[in-house]
Amino acid sequence: MKECANVFEITFEAKSINEGFARVCVAAFCVQLNPSVDEISDIKTAVSEAVTNCVVHAYPKKEGLIKLRCEIEGNKVTIEVCDFGVGISDIKKAREPFYTTKPTEERSGMGFAVMEGFMDSLEVESNGQSGTKVVMSKVIGSLEKMSVGG
Amino acid sequence: MNIVSTVKNSILYVLLKGELDEHSASYTHETLDKLFTNDKIKQVILDLSQLDFMDSTGIGVFFGRYKKLAGRGIPLFVANPSTQADKILKMSGIYQIVKKISTGGKYERVR
Repeated sequence: MKECANVFEITFEAKSINEGFARVCVAAFCVQLNPSVDEISDIKTAVSEAVTNCVVHAYPKKEGLIKLRCEIEGNKVTIEVCDFGVGISDIKKAREPFYTTKPTEERSGMGFAVMEGFMDSLEVESNGQSGTKVVMSKVIGSLEKMSVGG
Repeated sequence: MNIVSTVKNSILYVLLKGELDEHSASYTHETLDKLFTNDKIKQVILDLSQLDFMDSTGIGVFFGRYKKLAGRGIPLFVANPSTQADKILKMSGIYQIVKKISTGGKYERVR
């Protein structure tokens, strides 16, 4: 029998103090999949990177909102982080490791590389001016199953 | 972020306790830079054993501190990162310039 998806969605202010809130929310929601400590760490880090991007790049001077949606279907978690601020003009460039538009601020330019490395998939959509949507997913327990099966 | 430090034998040892992200980055880098003004130090060790969380903001903070210290010929080390912090640090390639060490509980008393 196919299990129904489980979803939560929240909207919160793009303030750096909410980065911790966002990653803990997602981690708590994912507990139902019985993840390993490393899997939870990976997810928390990826969420933190996505939310930091919104705080730093989407709303550099003004306040704004971030929408976080998390869906669990089977053993796969899909996380969507959306903002409604400044978009990304060159997504390909933005995803390159070490590329940063703010080199004077001691930024590593590793945000998207970390999301990509810590999750199974990463999609970035932005049409320049009206916000950015980051969708990333990860299958929980895949390592365990592989070792049992093989 | 809670930062505890001690200087012994010209080594500045700093224990970072808490979470290092965009929110705590400026406090962390300002506090570290203040500690670095001590002109007796010849080496700096950042102990990450009590860092509960770190994202790529940490790379920016550590790389910035490395550059500051390198100008004075002072090497920077990171010690005891968690699996998660280690993964990010490795990915960034920062270990080529900021070496990873293990303090093996040597500085236990300041905790």
